[in-house]
Parts: sequence; C-alpha cells; structure tokens
Amino acid sequence: MSKVFMSGNHTFAEAAIRAGCRCYFGYPITPQNELGEYMAANMANVGGVFIQSESETAAINMVIGAASTGARAMTSSSSPGVSLKQEGISFLAGFELPAVIVNVMRGGPGLGNIAPAQGDYFQATRGGGHGDYRTPVFAPSSVQEAADLTAIAFDVADRYRTPVMILADGMLGQIREPVVFPDPIGELPEKEWALKGRGDGPSRYMASLILDALEMEKHNWKLVRKYEEIAKNEVRCEQFMLDDAEIVAIAYGTTARIAKGAINRLRKDNIPVGLLRPISLWPFPKNEIIDLTKRVRKFIVFEMSTGQMLEDVLLAVQGRAEVQFHGRPGGVVPTPIEFSRILYREYQILQKGRNGASHS
Amino acid sequence: MTIKNPWPIYYKKDVITHYCPGCGHGIVHRIVAEVLEELDVGRRAICVNPAGCAVLAYQYFDIDMLESAHGRGTAMATGIKRSRPDLFVFTYQGDGDLSAIGTAETIHSANRGEQICVIFINNAVYGMTGGQMAPTTLIDMKTTTTPKGRTARVDGFPLHITDVVATFPGVAYAERVAVNGPAGINRTKKAITTAFQTQIDGLGYSIIEVLSPCPTNWKLNSIDSFAWITDVMAKEFPIGVLVDRRRKQADAD
Ligand SMILES: Cc1ncc(C[n+]2csc(CCOP(=O)(O)OP(=O)(O)O)c2C)c(N)n1
Ligand code: SF4
Repeated sequence: MSKVFMSGNHTFAEAAIRAGCRCYFGYPITPQNELGEYMAANMANVGGVFIQSESETAAINMVIGAASTGARAMTSSSSPGVSLKQEGISFLAGFELPAVIVNVMRGGPGLGNIAPAQGDYFQATRGGGHGDYRTPVFAPSSVQEAADLTAIAFDVADRYRTPVMILADGMLGQIREPVVFPDPIGELPEKEWALKGRGDGPSRYMASLILDALEMEKHNWKLVRKYEEIAKNEVRCEQFMLDDAEIVAIAYGTTARIAKGAINRLRKDNIPVGLLRPISLWPFPKNEIIDLTKRVRKFIVFEMSTGQMLEDVLLAVQGRAEVQFHGRPGGVVPTPIEFSRILYREYQILQKGRNGASHS
Repeated sequence: MTIKNPWPIYYKKDVITHYCPGCGHGIVHRIVAEVLEELDVGRRAICVNPAGCAVLAYQYFDIDMLESAHGRGTAMATGIKRSRPDLFVFTYQGDGDLSAIGTAETIHSANRGEQICVIFINNAVYGMTGGQMAPTTLIDMKTTTTPKGRTARVDGFPLHITDVVATFPGVAYAERVAVNGPAGINRTKKAITTAFQTQIDGLGYSIIEVLSPCPTNWKLNSIDSFAWITDVMAKEFPIGVLVDRRRKQADAD
C-alpha cells in the first residue's frame, strides 16, 4: 500500500482494523477521540462492531465479552479513562484473554489536562489493576510505529493470551505523519479455547475465582511462567548513535523523538551522545542497558513525568553507572534545545571529571 | 405424580449444591436449565454469571459460562452478543450486582435494546458478603449494615430498577415473578420461557426479576421465607408483567 498522511489516533484505528480487530468499544475522552470516531466511521464497512459505551468500565467489559468468543477486540482511552479500565484489565489477565488497550496519555493526576504526558508508566507497566499480573506495553514514537506496533500488539495478545497495552501520548495521537500500512490480514486461525456455545461437546467456563488458595497460587505461577516467556521474546528497543556514545539518553515515545533532535544537534558538534529507546516498556530492555553499563559511565533519563521509567533504569543499572533524570510532567512538552543543553552540560561534567582524573 | 424431566441435560450431574437450604438460586437454576432444554438453545448458549452467591453457577449449568466482574454482566453479554449474534446470551445477576454497582450497565444495555436476557434475582440483601443492605432492601428491614432497619432518610427507598428499564423502548419484555411456592415457581418458568423466546425471535432485550428467598440472611426458615415474599416483599415489588413490547418490536422489523 502507498503512503498516506494520517494522525496517530486514526492510525491506531486503521491498523487495528487491518489486524483483524472487529470489535471496538470506547468512551470519548480527549486527546484520543479521533480513534473512536474512526472506528465509528469504518467498522461497519468491514462487518465489525463499534459501540460508544456508557463508560470506560463498560467498554473494557464489552471487550472481555467479545474476547471470550475469540474476537480480536480493542478499547482506547486516555489516562482517567484507563484508570477506570483497570479492574477489567485484571480480569483479562486472570481469564487469560487477549485484548488490546490503547492509552493516549494526558497530564494528571485527576482530570489533569489534555496535553501530552507520560504519567501512567507505573500504572501500565506494573499491572495497573489488582492482583499479581503483568501487561505487555508497547510505546510507539512515530505514526508509522503506531501502525506497526498495533499489528504486533494483536499478535502478542493472541500468542500469549494476554491483554496488551499501547502507551502513547497526546502528541502522538494528534500529529499527522506519512504512514504505510500493512495489507489487511486474512482469516485468523480459530481459537480453540474460545466460548462459542458447547454444541455437542463438553461445556466450558471462564472464571477468575479460584477459592482454593493453593490452586490460586498455582494459577499465579502459571501466569509468571508466561510472563517469563514474554520477557524472553518480546523485548523491543531502538539503539540510536550508541556505538561511540559516552552519554546515553534513555527515553520512550514522544520524549524519545525530542531526545533524538537534541542528539542530532550535539552530534553536529561531535559530542558523542546517543539514545536507547525502549519500545517495549514491559518487558523492559534491561539487558540492553546492562550491556551498555560495561562502557557507558552516564545515563540521562528523559520523561514527560516526574520520574517513573527512571526506576526501571535504576533497577537495570544497579549502581554500575551514574543515572541523571530530567522530567517535564503535567503536559509540558520539552524541546530538543532543552535536552541538548542538559546532555551537553553532563558531557562537560564527565569530561572535567576525566581530565581531573588523568592529572592526578 | 411423576416428574417430567428428573434431570435437565444442561444441569451438571453429581454436583453438591453450595447454596443454603431453601435458597432461591437453586430453584431458578433448575428452571433455567429446563427452559434451555425445552427451547433447545443450550448448545449455543452462553451465560454470564455474577459476583454474588451465583458466582459458582458454572458448577451447575452444563453450558458455556463467563464469570463477570461485580455488576458488569450486561456489558460482557453485550460484547459476546455483538461479536457473535448467533449465540444465545443471558446474564444471571443478584440485586446488588444488577441494581447497585452495575446500575449503569443495566440501564444502558437495556436502553440499547441488546438482544440478551437478564435473569435478575432479587433477594433484598447481599447474600454472598453476609447479608448487607441491597438497593432492594425494604424499609425497616434489618440487615448487617442497617442493624436498626433501613430508614429512607439515611438509605433511600427500595429501588425498583426493573420498573425503570421497563419504560425503555428497547426493552421487549419485563416481568416480575416470585419463587414463593409451586404456583410462583410455575409462573417463573413461564416468564423465563417467554424471555428466552424473545431473544430467539430476535425481538430485543428481556428481563425477568425473580423475588427469591435468602433464608440465611432473612433469618427465617424456608417455609416462612416463601410466606415473607408473598406477604411483605411482593407488596413492595408487585408481581406481574411490567411491559410487553414484543408485538411492537416485531412490527418495527
Ligand atoms: C468490585 C467489587 N466490589 C465488591 C465485591 C464484593 N461482593 C461480591 S458479591 C457482592 C454482593 C452480592 O449481592 P447480590 O448481587 O445481591 O447477590 P446475592 O449474593 O445476594 O445472590 C459483593 C458486594 C466484589 N466482588 N467486587
Ligand atoms: S446466602 Fe442467601 S442467596 Fe446466598 S446461598 Fe445462602 S440463601 Fe442463597
């Protein structure tokens, strides 16, 4: 297919339809309204289902219902609405049902504002609902990647029978960029575990209630084994100008684009800085960071939050290198110049320390 | 007297009930299983069971079942039915599930006229969590959270949610019945049959509210529970067809 010019929000929707999603349920909230509107306009053309639900709670439960029949189902929202979905996401994890949830984050807490932010990282990567579970989380940083990761999200959800979250922000939802979509997929293989009426076979049930604590524990460990598989196979990250980098920025989504702008500026002056961009936030590219600590002395984490992914970086670095943080929460979008100043300053400090060391 | 169908095929064999002696859930379960068989829809049925005493309904119904988060049954049923319109979909919910935490889902699934059936067990209390007040608890009725009896001033009035949804044009059939003796049980079966047939005929949403005994939390024996339904509960929640728009829905098609 040829290139089209589209917003991130429309792209999530179009990519989902091409990935075989035939059930979308959602409740309006800015800055992701165009996603639901696109579904409303286009689902009927492919024989799919669109419902504007009465709440985000209802939407995620409609997703559960549709997913239980084996359909590829999706919902989307922005921060406050995603909070309301958490109980349902926990049920999806407990039932082991695949589904895709898009969170186009905005400033918070509370109603916050409608500007781009990254304050829901903890909620997304720690299994934001109750109970012992994880959710794979993918964070696109361009409209093209929004298309690619949406297709991947549905595949990962089906392969591991798990809810998958796409974590974007208001900037990515709203910007328009060229994008090439994959061709629509054909027939999906039948899901033998789906509920479809017992027919002539034995009846089946999906229940998350396991009253026997030892049985519940077994279920928990079974989920852990699945999460270990996911952690082994589904880590994704981009390494940008890392070969000779002495200072490495770590950023995801929109913030990573801004960081790239900063790095491009500094590289013109031969300042050796690079970027590690986590694409999967859970599983987190921990080993890639550990590898870098063998030669990189300083990392700088950029986020549009007060420091959430920072904790994952600290867990990976384990004191083997210095970690600095620069965040702009609340819907403030930082600029490449802002980042480049910070990177340059930290580079100078590093140089000074080195020169000081060689003189002694 | 001979029993016509000693063991409905959609009721599992060799299971010991967890419901208390005299509980209405077991009676309604059997009725549902019989109707699924008589209307021949059990093979393509999915039941969404609630958080509530009926959370274990899948131990008894021998059909495909999906457990719901507390109150969200009709949203899940919506997802199932819209995804697979060929399936026969019904929810089974208590009064806390359906008319407290799940009120929004109840109202809006009914207002959308989803092609589902709702079996609504009104026992005037929260059974599963130990007998707290429900929206349906009667004035002056003692529960663990209304130890001196429900007062309108503090807790409001018993909620007649089935009467509310019966006003929606999308609701094809709504009836309130009671399991309070053989006649009431027969009428309950007739009502559930009508509701299920409504979905089979594609006529829209139907809801059957069943006044149902909870002897444990009412602190009555089972005979007195039946009598209490007749003498007290049915005065607040009168038995009868609340709306029947099946003809109208058929004409509209
Ligand atoms: C979100 C949530 N809140 C509370 C509960 C606890 N809970 C389980 S069942 C129930 C009420 C059950 O009462 P009802 O719906 O009337 O059904 P019954 O047990 O009487 O049949 C409550 C409060 C829960 N499971 N989930
Ligand atoms: S507590 Fe009440 S509703 Fe629950 S099983 Fe016992 S009698 Fe039935």
